[in-house]
Amino acid sequence: MKERIADRVNKIEPSGIREFFDLVLGMKDIISLGIGEPDFVTPWHIREAGIYALEEGYTSYTSNQGLPQLRKIISQYIHRRFGVKYDPDDEVLITVGVSEAYDLAIRAVVNPGDEVLVPQPCYVCYYPVSVLAEGKPKYLSTSSTGFKVTPELLTSNISSKTKVLVLNYPNNPTGVTYTREELKSLAKVIKEKNLIVISDEIYAELTYDHGHTSLSSLPGMRSRTVYLNGFSKAFAMTGWRLGFACGPEDIISAMNKIHQYTMLCAPIMSQMAGIEAVLKGDSAVRQMCTEYRRRRDYIVERLKEMGLDFVYPQGAFYVYVNIGKTGLSAREFAIKLLRQKKVAVVPGVAFGPKDDNDRYIRIAYTVDFDTLKKALNRIQEFLRSL
Amino acid sequence: MKEIIELLEENARLTPEDISRILKKDIATVKKTIEKLEKSGVILGYKAIINEEKSKSFKPVRAVIEVQVTPKRNQGFDYIAERIYKFSEVVTCFLVSGTYDLLLIVEGDNIHDVAQFVAEKLAPLEGVRGTVTHFLLKKYKQDGFVLTKGKENHRQSISL
Repeated sequence: MKERIADRVNKIEPSGIREFFDLVLGMKDIISLGIGEPDFVTPWHIREAGIYALEEGYTSYTSNQGLPQLRKIISQYIHRRFGVKYDPDDEVLITVGVSEAYDLAIRAVVNPGDEVLVPQPCYVCYYPVSVLAEGKPKYLSTSSTGFKVTPELLTSNISSKTKVLVLNYPNNPTGVTYTREELKSLAKVIKEKNLIVISDEIYAELTYDHGHTSLSSLPGMRSRTVYLNGFSKAFAMTGWRLGFACGPEDIISAMNKIHQYTMLCAPIMSQMAGIEAVLKGDSAVRQMCTEYRRRRDYIVERLKEMGLDFVYPQGAFYVYVNIGKTGLSAREFAIKLLRQKKVAVVPGVAFGPKDDNDRYIRIAYTVDFDTLKKALNRIQEFLRSL
Repeated sequence: MKEIIELLEENARLTPEDISRILKKDIATVKKTIEKLEKSGVILGYKAIINEEKSKSFKPVRAVIEVQVTPKRNQGFDYIAERIYKFSEVVTCFLVSGTYDLLLIVEGDNIHDVAQFVAEKLAPLEGVRGTVTHFLLKKYKQDGFVLTKGKENHRQSISL
């Protein structure tokens, strides 16, 4: 039967932890620190705007690029928050989540055989989507550089075939992000080597210790960066499937070409809700962000007290914890913890090659404080029982 | 100090240990600050928010009462407000702008109790010009908690 399926799909490995996911989904009364989405529901005023859009009969297609008003306020928002100016007419594209935006960006720039550098650990889609585009993704291991790409690491992995670097910061699964200075030193290499960067900054609003710097705001980077962001994390709108891409006109227009044939447009009611989110969502974002930061501060202290190692997370809502000391593999640790203490975490092997990630688990603090505390107590008991 | 108040206002079950971890302050300092806040009356107390729609225990009868009063020379509304809020039946007393002056929430075992309180204690007070009593029928939301529906959360228990 395998030959019925296209080679490039067969080339993609099925997710190695499907089995573990099924185990979690089949268990009742667990506390899950394995959920990669906000525990907040979409703020009511945004939901209400979506309902109103439906009531008013906004049920049609929009232009391929997305509602002009949404593009305009997104352009203003990015300028206000991150200091980059994009022309809403031809440098902004509304997509069905960042997932679609990433797929479009890769397909728009990658020729067969072009190398795509994917720093890992990372979110699951970057590598396989590059394979589907017939590019040659190459993992950069960041496990010995504090989960950050350094200029040295980047330089030593660039070949004559390298065309694209994928960045994601704040990062899923590590919570690590970059300072302006660090980005500047990366930008130098990127410019020298003439790379295109696809910069997934979906967690930008969830940055806790310093302001978020957009790569495209650095001198000379705007013309070679495809900036991706969306509504899922900052506005707790995962199910609305709404994202956007901003970048130089040629790339955005190429992305739009694919988008118009494959997706047509993002759902109009989501776009209408998105307008409300950008215009009136600031205080809700701030409140959620404060809550995540407090949880981050708490969890960091608890993990230190347990003697676990991790790189201090400065954004998103994850901690990538080294459980090597226990002598267990990530998967064994996660299964045992689930069975014995009914706490779910995600084994690191979901986020990159086994060699680098089999000693890590991802903890997501997307649960309320009391639940988080209970879960951490259980993890502490579990560690003592080993 | 401000952050401790914010944290406790949101979740009074946080222990000094929890707070010290969140704020990276030592426990002794946190404990001392909380004590100070309690002594100075910034923190008045801690209690659970009960969903009476669900609890099977006894439910008191409550009324929201609008009270028009005549303020007293040199003392404004404070004098008459104090005369009113000292009754144990009065659980909440606000001075408000608009067509009336004081907004009360009054509790009693039954409608009769509340009616009697209004007729015999509140309305006859010198300075009270009129009252309008609204008996509370159902609570939908209280202190930020929605009381009538379940949690609005439909996430899967694991996702990347």
